[in-house]
Formats: sequence, C-alpha cells, structure tokens
Amino acid sequence: MRFYEALLHLYPVSFRGEYGAEMCAIFAQRRRGASGAAAILALWVDVIWEVVFNSIAAHWDVLRQDVRYTARALARTPGFAITAILVAALGIGANTAAFTVTDFVLIRPLPFPQPERLVNLSERLPGYTEMELSPATYRDWKSMSKSFEAMGGYTDIPVNLVGQGDPERIYSALVTADLLPVLGAQPAIGRPFTAADERKGSPGTVLLGYGLWKAQFGGDPGVLGRKVLLDDAAYIVIGVMPPDFHFPSREVEIWTPFQFGVGDFEDRNNNYVYCVARLKSGVSIEQARAEMSVIAARLERQYPKENAKHGATVNRLRDGLSNQSRLLLIALCGAAGCLLLISCANLANLLLARGLVRQKELAVRAALGAGRERLVRQLITESLVLAIPGGVLGVLLAVTAVPLLARLVPNSLPIAQTPSVDWRMLIFAGVLTSLTGVAFGVVPAMRAAGNRDLSGLREGSRAGGGRKERVRSILVIAELVASVVLLVSSGLLMRALWKVQATDPGFRADGVLTLRTALPMPKYEKTAVREAFYTRVLSGVRQLPGVSRAAYISFLPMVMGGGIFPASVNGELLSRDQSQTASMRFVTPGFFSALSIPLHLGRDVSESDTIDTPFVAVVSQSFVRRYWPNENPLGRHFYFATHDRMVVGVVGDVRVRGLERNSEPQVYLPYNQLQDHTFEFYSPKDLVVRSDAPPATLVPSIRRIIQSVDRQQPISNVRTMGDIVETQTASRSIQLRVLGAFAAMALLLAGIGIHGLLSFTVSQRSQEIGVRIAFGACPGDILVMVLRQGARLAAVGVALGAVLAYEAGRAMEGLLAGVTPADAPTFLTVIGLTLAMTLIGSLLPALRATRVDPITAIRME
Amino acid sequence: MPDALPVATFHILLALSDDDRHGYAIIQDVAARTGGELRLSAGTLYRSIQRMLEQGLIVEVRDRPAPEFDDERRRYYRITPLGNAVARAETRRLAQLVKLAYAKGFAPESA
Repeated sequence: MRFYEALLHLYPVSFRGEYGAEMCAIFAQRRRGASGAAAILALWVDVIWEVVFNSIAAHWDVLRQDVRYTARALARTPGFAITAILVAALGIGANTAAFTVTDFVLIRPLPFPQPERLVNLSERLPGYTEMELSPATYRDWKSMSKSFEAMGGYTDIPVNLVGQGDPERIYSALVTADLLPVLGAQPAIGRPFTAADERKGSPGTVLLGYGLWKAQFGGDPGVLGRKVLLDDAAYIVIGVMPPDFHFPSREVEIWTPFQFGVGDFEDRNNNYVYCVARLKSGVSIEQARAEMSVIAARLERQYPKENAKHGATVNRLRDGLSNQSRLLLIALCGAAGCLLLISCANLANLLLARGLVRQKELAVRAALGAGRERLVRQLITESLVLAIPGGVLGVLLAVTAVPLLARLVPNSLPIAQTPSVDWRMLIFAGVLTSLTGVAFGVVPAMRAAGNRDLSGLREGSRAGGGRKERVRSILVIAELVASVVLLVSSGLLMRALWKVQATDPGFRADGVLTLRTALPMPKYEKTAVREAFYTRVLSGVRQLPGVSRAAYISFLPMVMGGGIFPASVNGELLSRDQSQTASMRFVTPGFFSALSIPLHLGRDVSESDTIDTPFVAVVSQSFVRRYWPNENPLGRHFYFATHDRMVVGVVGDVRVRGLERNSEPQVYLPYNQLQDHTFEFYSPKDLVVRSDAPPATLVPSIRRIIQSVDRQQPISNVRTMGDIVETQTASRSIQLRVLGAFAAMALLLAGIGIHGLLSFTVSQRSQEIGVRIAFGACPGDILVMVLRQGARLAAVGVALGAVLAYEAGRAMEGLLAGVTPADAPTFLTVIGLTLAMTLIGSLLPALRATRVDPITAIRME
Repeated sequence: MPDALPVATFHILLALSDDDRHGYAIIQDVAARTGGELRLSAGTLYRSIQRMLEQGLIVEVRDRPAPEFDDERRRYYRITPLGNAVARAETRRLAQLVKLAYAKGFAPESA
C-alpha cells in the first residue's frame, strides 16, 4: 500500500491532492480481490504501467491547459510578450555565442584521438622558456625518453608551390615520419610518410591539405603520384589529409618529410624543430617533466659547452594559447553573463509587475480551489513559454553572431577558423533557456505562493506593499550593478585600445604598400642572382607614377618578430640571453626612408657595401644605448651573426614584435653583404613601396614588373602597412565592439528596469500622491520625491557596481596595456552615464506623478 | 458529424445515467456492462472525471458513506443535463455510424 502511495507521487501534486485518497481506496479494493502470488504480481504489473502512463498523461493535461491559458493571457498583452521574448533572446543569444567561441578555443578537445595525452616538448634556455629543438637534441630526447608512446618533430616554412595554374605561396610543414602517428592522424586518401621518405636523398614526397587539394587540384583523386614543385624542387604527391586536419596551425596546407643528413646533427644550437609527443597511457605530465629534466641534465653533462643551462619544458598541446587570447574570451563570457543577469532581472521585474496587477486574478483562482502548487506551476509555465521562443531566437542570433567572432580564434591552434555550431551549443542554449525561464519565473512565483490569504480579493487593497517593492528594487539595483561593471570594463578596454593604437610603431605606415616575393632556393641561392632580381624590380617600381620610395627587407616588422641573434662587443662570450640579442634584417638601400624610419646618425646602407668591402651595419638607438651609452657609436665594431660589423648609421627603434610587446634592438645589414649559402632564410623578400597612388592601381603594375623579371615568381601577402598595424589591434577592437554592444544593451535594459519600477510605484502610490497634492504639495515636491527614489537606486547600484567593476578590471589587467583598473576618467564617465540613464528612466514616471489628479486618486478607493 | 467522445468518458456517463456513483462503483459498473472487457484503471478514471468536471458533464455530490467501504466517506458523481445531452448526441452519432456501416454491407458476424 505504501508503495502505491509512493507511486502516486508521479502525478501532479494538484491531481494527487484531489484524487489520491480515492485512488488508494480503489487500489485497496483490487488488492483485496487478488489472491495468489500470480494474481498479485499481475496486479502490480498492471498498476505500475497504469500509474506511469496516466501520470505522464496527467502532467501533459496540466501543461496543455497552462500553455493554453498563458497563450491567451499573453495574446491580450502582446507588448509585454514581445518585450519579454526579445530580452530573453538577447541574454541567451549573447551567452550562446560567447560560449560557442570559448568552448571552441578553450574547452573542446583538439580534433585528435585522446588529445589529452598530447604534449609539446621544448628546450628551456636562459632567457627563453620555450625554444625549438635542434635536430640533435630531438634525436637524443626521442631515444632517451621513456614517458612517451611516440614523439614527432615539425617546423613550418613558407614555400612556393607550382602545381597547376599560377604559382602560389603557401605554408608547408616539414615533419618527421612519426608525427602523424603521434597525432593519430591518417591521410584521407593515399599513404602516410614512411621511414624511407625520411632518408636523405630519397625522392621528395608530399601530403596535401584537403583545402589545397580541392582548390588547386579540383579534388581529383588521380592526384596521387603527380609531381608538384615546391621552391623549384620536385615532389611526388602521396596522399591527401582529411578536411579537419590542421597541424601545426590552419595556415599549413602541405606536409613534407624532414630529410636530416649527418651534417644537420652537428650544431646543437641550431634550433628549429618543434616537438610534439604522446604520453604513454598512465604516465602523467609531471612524470614526463621529471624525466625530461633528468635527460636535459644528462645532455648538459655530455655537452657542457653547447648545452650549458639547457632545460626541458613539457606542456599540454591544448595549452598552446596566449594568456591574452584566453583573457579576451573569458572577459567576453563574463560580459555575456552580466547581460544574462540583467535580462533575467528585467524579466523577473516585468513578471512581478504583471503578477501584482494579476494578484486579484490569482486570488480568485486560489479561492476557486486552485492549490498553491498549481499557481506556482502555472507561473513557471508562463515564464518558460516566454523563455523558449526567446531561446530559439537567441540561438538564431548566436548562429549569426559566431562567424563575426571568428577573429577571436587565435591562429596558433590546430583548429578551424570558424567555430562550428554543434550539439554542445544547442545543449548549452537549452539549459540556459530553462534556467532563464525558471530564474525569472521563480521570484514572481514565490511571491504568488506566499500570498495564500485572500487579501488580493479585498477590493481596493493596494497591490504591492513595501516588501514587494524591495524585491523589485533589489532586482533593479542588480541590473544597475551589472551594467556599471560592463560599462567600466568596456571603458577600460577602450582606453587600452586607444593607448595601444597611440603607440608609435617607429615607422609611418600610411601610404605604404607591401608584398612578398619569396625567392625560391636554390634558384636564387647566389647573392649576385638575387641582387639582379632586386635591382630590376626596384628600378621598375620606382619609375611607376606616384611611387616615391621602394625597398626590400628580410621580414616586415610586426609580421615576423623573431630572427634574433646575439651580439657582442669586445669579444665577450655570446649567449642567447635576452640582454644580448638583437633582431637581424637585411635591407636594400632606401628601406628607412620608404618606411619613414628616422636616420639619426651616419648613413643608410648603400649599394657600395658589398661582400668585398668591410661589413657594416645600421643599428637602432636602443642598440646604441645598450652598448655605447653616451658615446659616438659610429665606427664602433661588434660581432654579430658570424661576422665582425662596423656601425655606419643609427636609426629610430621599430616595434618589430608588435605594438604590445617589447622588441629587441635592431641591426640592419646591407643586402649585398649576405654571403652565398648563409642565412638564406634572411634574404630580402618583402617589398615596401611608398606612394601616393592607391594600392588598387599600383598592384597590377608591380605585378607586371615582377613577372617581366621572373615569370615563375609568385607574389603573395599583398597588403598595406596600415593593414599590418591594424591587425595588431584587430582582436582587441572586435572584443571591444562586442563588449561595448553588450554594455549599451545593459544600460538600456537597466534604464527600462528603472522606468518600469518607478512607473509602477507611481501608479500604486497615486492615492498617496493625490493626498499629498490635496494637502498642498506642489508639482516640484512630487517630482523630487519620485526622482529621489530613482536616485537612491542609482546611488546603491553605482556604488556596488564600481567596486565590482574595479575587481573585474583587476582580473583582466593583462588586457589593459597598462591602463590602471581604477582609471578615473572611465569611472567618472560611467557614473555620469548611469546617472543620466537613471534620470531619463525616472523622468517619465515622475512627470506622470505630478499630473495625478487628487480628486480621482482619492475617489478610486 | 460531431467529434467522437473518448470511450472512457462515454462509459462513465452511461454508468452515471441511472444513479450517482463513486469511483470504484463506476469501474465495477463499466466492467459488468462490458462483460469484463473494459476495466478502467484508477488513473484513467480520475483523469476523465477531472476533465468531465471541468467540462460540466458531471458534478460532485455531497460525500456520503459507501456501504462497501466500511463507513469511509467517498465522493459521488452525478450526471448533469449537459452530460445527458452529450451522451445522447454520442449515441446518435454512433447509431448513424452503425447505420452507415450496415448500408455498406457490414454486419457483425453476418454470413
């Protein structure tokens, strides 16, 4: 019997309350009628099935009834319904979009089998926590370590691909044959690399990326066995990787095996092999770290000179993400969360106001026998009926917004550019929708439940006493707090963006067009051959109308931050310590004037600096400050990149590593002093052109000139220097735009919240206001009375908000580029904005209050 | 032709047509009249009763002791005029349907 009573709990409470006793009685009757174990068993089977079926049906009945009732009620107040649905859609949409991007970048496992076991291995050198390995170190680590199931190496280099049609500049990765097995990846068609492909001298083989295969080879499966030219060397296509394979980053579109020869293992400090490994199952990353530091120490003993102070770093592949990207996304989620909070508070307030107006109706229903549970259920259904269309709309909003947020996906991860919309997003949105529905429904529902006495029925009773107003005030204050936090955060980020944008890059970007002609080796391995190319291209370009300057450099600032070499004066020991390194670039004469980098002392490099004349260098001011403070640097010598060099000029510093990072001092070397077969990687490849002509007309002419010099030479990375500088702040400005939009919506919602609350109090207190006016209060007094209520809310909201905003600012200090989280102008502006919004929100209800007619107000009773 | 009445509803109306009955009595009456073929479960019964009360087909009459329940007070239900009308309409609908079927040559167990 007790079991049957428990079973009845499956029914809706109201139904059980009404008919539970009767049903128990009927069950008892049937139970008495059943004799024998078989009959009793049959009875139970029958009863359990019957209760489960009917309880679901009964719940369904209630739900249908409530939904029908709600739909009728909402249809009577379409304005309310539309507002509520839009507010819910905004909150849910913003959060779903933020979640999708964050989940994609930070949470979702990498698209490899058992990705949690994949780690990056790197060397730790003085001044560098993560340095690539030399082939020798890679070989030693691989053979000595026991923590890993497999280990592979790679490095990415840009190459010129000649396959079908125009030559193309693409990124390729050199990989060891065991890299794909480490990742657990397989070609979609064709075969993976084997040890034979890695042998020095065996014919070159490539795997194509899926996108490249589709674009260049039309997705032709007959591509296997076809020859392609990479930097003029022939390779045979042996396979195509699957569409979702991006490694090490999504820019890489082609993979070829390393072919290490004996010579490659000689220099233990020629570090260019990135190392990725798969932990053995059951081995923790800490165990691997411990083992690797033992191995590094052993190698240090073995090679005391080359490996001095070399350690090992082991990090999860998933964590290969800058702190800034992480913070950007977390801030985005926090902002979205604030917006959702505000949406919920606003909706709760809307429903509360409605609930108070409907108090009479609810009281009538209670008097007619609807239980308290039944009313709460009805109200929650009502809020869910509003939340669910809001959720659907929110998902649509998020689906549209996600591609706009793609710029927040950092390039450094082996994942696609645009987050895919998947079931995780839908589940998230679903959970959020139900939580939102319950959250904003529950306060009004509790309110209704607390009102079991029939006071609502008493004619003329003022709905909404002090306690109710307090709940509503708290909700409005919460909205204000959240919007202050959002406004201050966006304000701080805006100041940070301005500050970064105002950073002097060290050159003038406007009017400068850049493009890259990466000269393939060995065709251009001789310096003289390259010189002929540069001279013909530059003299052609300089003659174009509108062009004032043109020059070549190894790598553009901000595009390539590395290329760092140690420099020494007076034969001190060279180390890669950051206090001794400088960036190395080879330039043609005229580079400084092309980028308007000021020449402070001495001269530019010149055509007469050749391999046969003394090696010279132009250095930046910070280089001079480091080695010869307060001395004349001209004519001084220093040892740098295998040669002694003499300073002939001093130029201004350039932000090589970008606007937000410190850069090493710069050393510029004349392009003709780049010896054959050395530093081929540094041979000038980026063309900079300063001109008045618009890029659109300039580019075709430059293209023609380059093609007339070398028909096979691809041209890539055509963009203005201004674009390059702008990319520096692209993710910041996207984030700011999103956050700013959130903050604006938040402020608007808070304003609506204040307006709603005050309008309501004014209408509730119209009797009291009428009495006041009757007793001689002038409109000014009434106005001040209402405005004061708004001001009180704003004061509390702003005060609490400011404290929280300061904390939020401290949490994202890493994004603020040195702007203090207590930035006074930001806080003052935000406080001003919030107060203005409060005033606007309160004004209408306050004016309405002054127009209360005392006679009508009192007569209404 | 009006919509068909749910079977349970129709049977409950029939059970209440001659006398006020409580829940268990309705179940027994329906079972007896259908030769044990239709046994309403408690849940089905009360879900139907709830809906019929809302629709005004039946009303609850004052509690009175049920002899077979040892003095416990039970709820009794009575058919309303509306309930009567609905039952008649359903009967008419079924009769017409049967007439239609006969006209088409369907007859129960006819050779």
